[in-house]
Amino acid sequence: MSLLSRLRRSPLWPMLWKELVQLRRDRLTLGMMLGIPAIQLALFGYAIQTEVRHLPTVVLDESRTAESRRLIEVFRNSGNFDIVELVPSRAAMQDRIERGQANAALVIPPDYLRQLRRDRGAEVQVVVDAADPLASSAALSAAVQAGVARSQALSRESGGRPPALEVRVRPWYNPGLRSAVYIVPGIIGVLLSLTLVLITSMSIVRERERGTLEQLVVTPIDKTSIMLGKILPFLLIGYVQITVILVLGRLLFRVPIMGSLSLLYLLSLSFIVASLALGLLMSTLVRSQVQAMQLSFLFLLPNILLSGFMFPRQAMPAVAQWIGAALPLTYFLTILRGVLLKGIGLEHLWPQALALVGFAVGLIWLSVLRFHKTVE
Amino acid sequence: MTAERPNADAVVTHSLTKRFGPLVAVEGLDLSIRRGEVFGLLGPNGSGKTTTIRMLCGLMEPSAGSAEVVGFDVARQAEQIRGRIGYMSQRFGLYDIRFYATIYGLHGGERTRRIAELIEELDLTARVGQLAGTLSGGWKQRLSLACAIAHRPAMLFLDEPTAGVDPASRRLFWQKIHGLAAEGTTILVTTHYMDEAERCERLAFLSRGHLIAVGTVAEVLTQFGQPSVEDVFIELQRRDEGAVV
Repeated sequence: MSLLSRLRRSPLWPMLWKELVQLRRDRLTLGMMLGIPAIQLALFGYAIQTEVRHLPTVVLDESRTAESRRLIEVFRNSGNFDIVELVPSRAAMQDRIERGQANAALVIPPDYLRQLRRDRGAEVQVVVDAADPLASSAALSAAVQAGVARSQALSRESGGRPPALEVRVRPWYNPGLRSAVYIVPGIIGVLLSLTLVLITSMSIVRERERGTLEQLVVTPIDKTSIMLGKILPFLLIGYVQITVILVLGRLLFRVPIMGSLSLLYLLSLSFIVASLALGLLMSTLVRSQVQAMQLSFLFLLPNILLSGFMFPRQAMPAVAQWIGAALPLTYFLTILRGVLLKGIGLEHLWPQALALVGFAVGLIWLSVLRFHKTVE
Repeated sequence: MTAERPNADAVVTHSLTKRFGPLVAVEGLDLSIRRGEVFGLLGPNGSGKTTTIRMLCGLMEPSAGSAEVVGFDVARQAEQIRGRIGYMSQRFGLYDIRFYATIYGLHGGERTRRIAELIEELDLTARVGQLAGTLSGGWKQRLSLACAIAHRPAMLFLDEPTAGVDPASRRLFWQKIHGLAAEGTTILVTTHYMDEAERCERLAFLSRGHLIAVGTVAEVLTQFGQPSVEDVFIELQRRDEGAVV
């Protein structure tokens, strides 16, 4: 018997069919799943764009070459930085920032041109007054983007050499702050966690509330079919969400995609499955849809605070680091940023990938274990 | 009908008990239902009817005591029971006949034939293709029954199947129930309609989790010295409330 005809005779098949039909009919949930990422990202984008425009910036150009002036142009043309003054020294730069005349400074080293020609490429520094975290995080991302843009242009000109320019951002007064480009890929992870966990836990609890679950568990259908029937259709939703956020992130923030997209999609599988399985597990703990929603949001909190989405985990106390290590999102964030921003592959990301597979398998196993074919 | 032996009963319970924390829903229930019998379970709201049915269907684990349904133990062999029973719960919760038929292992031509047969038998032809959620009471209930018997179960549990259904639909429904019983299906039904109770072969009265009377309609009437099942019911409910005060 072929795999397909075997599937069609297993109890999983009617379960899958039912879920897909229900999904298609439940316009609200469907809209929520696709709308939330789009709206969140657009809001986030709007916030960044209002904050970052026309940041007063001074330039300390110690290189004074045509190449350094082109880099300054790229920063000016981004619209994010208003070049207010070319300062002669570090002391003058510090003075302008301390006095608040400038919120950012671009420092181009004396040997910029020589650095560009070596293999490691050149480094320029962007100093940001990070006292206002929102404005500065936006500035940081804009600086990184400008750097990436220039780097790609340089790379094209030199005939496909690896990216030749790195912008080192140094937030002053608040050194722990991370760049917004780091946050945007994180949104993929956070939104996936929230919506997928919420949707699966709600979907089982809703069936319980409506009484359809009672009708279902009184049949001889096996637990695994019920579980897989709940998980597989939502896989599709997870991938649509990733795609929506990636496309919008690219359009709104020009978030770079340095690495392999197919690798990212592959590694996302285990994260999506882990999130869905977690939702199933939660559904075995709660009694009503309201509780499911509350628990999902409760779960969202450590995900935002402790996974490294907003704050660097290295700076956290040990307990917070342990909790973070127990969240699938922590590993997925490293993968997202690694693939999107650094362009690194499985050779560096295999520990995270392995951890996510572990989470996925473990959570499915746990939820099948916890799920009882009873109505108590 | 087959010759009756004690162990050939469709349902046998011994001291079946269910507690929810301090609340006792069913206590010390000893019941036996014969194969092919239409057995009515009566009692006021909260007397433990639904809990009893759920335990017999393997949806709830008994806190104490034991029960056998179609020859299998509810605590240890719930899966064997599930394949052999049909269950219509109080709340309307179903998907479609095809879904149930497939879950119960019907495929291809066999499934198509069975679905056509059910649609024919339960007079559902007029509503084929309509969304189940938009059906009115009588239609829903017949569709629900079709789903519950798609796999020709040996035993059928019906929890207030005719609540909120018009008289014509109720009559049609009971004709079908007796038809199934004549074919050998054992039926356990709860109801608040006394005309329906009188159509059962035997009745059991539950009050606050205890079995207080069991027997044929005539036996129960004699036992309580009342002219009708309805009077028995009201008398029991009166005693029940008296006990609370």
